[in-house]
Amino acid sequence: MNHLQIHASTPLCQLQDAGRFGVRHLGVTQGGALDWVALYWANWLLGNALGAPVVEVALGGFCVEARQDCVLALAGAHLHACIDDEPLQPWRSFALAKGQRLSFKHPGHGVRAYLAAPGGFHGTPVLGSCATVVREGLGGMDGQGAALVKDQCLTFAGTVAPLREVPLAQRPPVAQNPVLDMVIGAQIGDFSGTSLFEAFNREWTLDSRADRMGIRLLGPQLVYQGAPMISEGIPLGAVQVPPDGQPIVLLNDRQTIGGYPRLGALTPLALAQLAQCMPGAGVRFRPVVQDEAWREQQRYLGRWL
Amino acid sequence: MTPRIEVVAIDTLMVRLFQRIDEANMPWMLAASQRLSTAFGAHLLDLVPSYTTLMVQFALPPSEARALIAQALEGLQPGAGSGGRRHEIPVWYHASVGPELPVLAARSGLSEAEVVRVHSERDYPVFALGFAPGFGFMGLVDERLASPRLSTPRKQVAAGSVGIAERQTAAYPAVSPGGWNLIGRTPVRLFDRERGGFSLLQPGDRVRFVPVSRSQFLALGGDDEAQP
Repeated sequence: MNHLQIHASTPLCQLQDAGRFGVRHLGVTQGGALDWVALYWANWLLGNALGAPVVEVALGGFCVEARQDCVLALAGAHLHACIDDEPLQPWRSFALAKGQRLSFKHPGHGVRAYLAAPGGFHGTPVLGSCATVVREGLGGMDGQGAALVKDQCLTFAGTVAPLREVPLAQRPPVAQNPVLDMVIGAQIGDFSGTSLFEAFNREWTLDSRADRMGIRLLGPQLVYQGAPMISEGIPLGAVQVPPDGQPIVLLNDRQTIGGYPRLGALTPLALAQLAQCMPGAGVRFRPVVQDEAWREQQRYLGRWL
Repeated sequence: MTPRIEVVAIDTLMVRLFQRIDEANMPWMLAASQRLSTAFGAHLLDLVPSYTTLMVQFALPPSEARALIAQALEGLQPGAGSGGRRHEIPVWYHASVGPELPVLAARSGLSEAEVVRVHSERDYPVFALGFAPGFGFMGLVDERLASPRLSTPRKQVAAGSVGIAERQTAAYPAVSPGGWNLIGRTPVRLFDRERGGFSLLQPGDRVRFVPVSRSQFLALGGDDEAQP
């Protein structure tokens, strides 16, 4: 058994995996890593199952010390990670010797970094997943939904693979102002023509009101002209428009049902990009149709086969 | 009965069976859920029922999924009986744990005792779970009890609180913020990790609230701390 002693953490440093499925009808949300591409790569580097539990570090403020010599992997945001005082670049596995400290300071590029361990970090699976959902009190190390805190010990017990890097060509591009693909939803025709033009031709600014449930976007006021809706299921990435006309992209910890109209839903790849955007960043939406988006996603997943 | 199938996301379709909330929807919804679960098998990632719709998330090409849904729902008939399980949920109706009980009484012109009687004299179907794990949206309550949500939601509603919003009623499984009109509290644990299936309620179940005294409430493990 290997141990990592946590010396510093924040409420945004959490055990996450690929999320909970088959439980949405109970009102239980999905949870899971917001940037699933980085989750997959962090686990791939160690030969883990791609959805194995990792630590999601948002913005920084996280520090662990190795109790034994070990190998770990890092993918996703550049958060000025250091081993003791030596800078550590993401997208690689690396050795951390007994007594060495790995720390995440502050954002360079992106928002969320993913730290993986051989075999995955140990958590207490609840409803099939270790994903931490603070609001629901589910998942995490103890199963009660708590974020990681100072003085806890992360454990893992997998076998070590040789060190490797994610090939440069495979790393997701660092886009400051990404274009996000959105699968057009059925209510699209109930927005005013002007609203539709603006939705797909104007830049939207990420609001600071953003968390694992959703990210608000600021821009022109969108006008929904359809009938009031009865609450219905909300998919991951839904771009919903409340009465103030400012869209909200719903993420992994969203509520399971809701009654606001939706323009559509972002694709998984768009969500992974959005998860790395800071408040104030500008994004644009590009409409895509479902079948084409599905095929693109299958092609993308081929890189891990 | 020809449901509409709408695109919602890359791997998700919405099956729209009805246009309005009605208790009579439920046997159809349950029958459709069962057919879809069977048809998709392991390709079903999630199935989210809610009032008039079933949201289906799948691991299949969308065109195949759409055809599968249409095929599975062909000739749909409502389930026999009303389906689901029936639960009796004890509630201590009192202003100290349900501060809007007197408000609803005043608004409806009923006495508090009559509000309790009217709320507890019918079975409510569970239309959907959402808002929080195990939170069941039920209804419809008698029109005299219909009440708009609080203009300012409470930051903390006690676990077990029973409330009304418009013509819907529900019990809060855990402490959470909330804007429903509170009229009482149940000692029953609605979401419990020690229970198989975790949630007491499932969509399509029926619930009857049963008034109990404070001493019965306490004997059943209720916490009578006043709701601010």
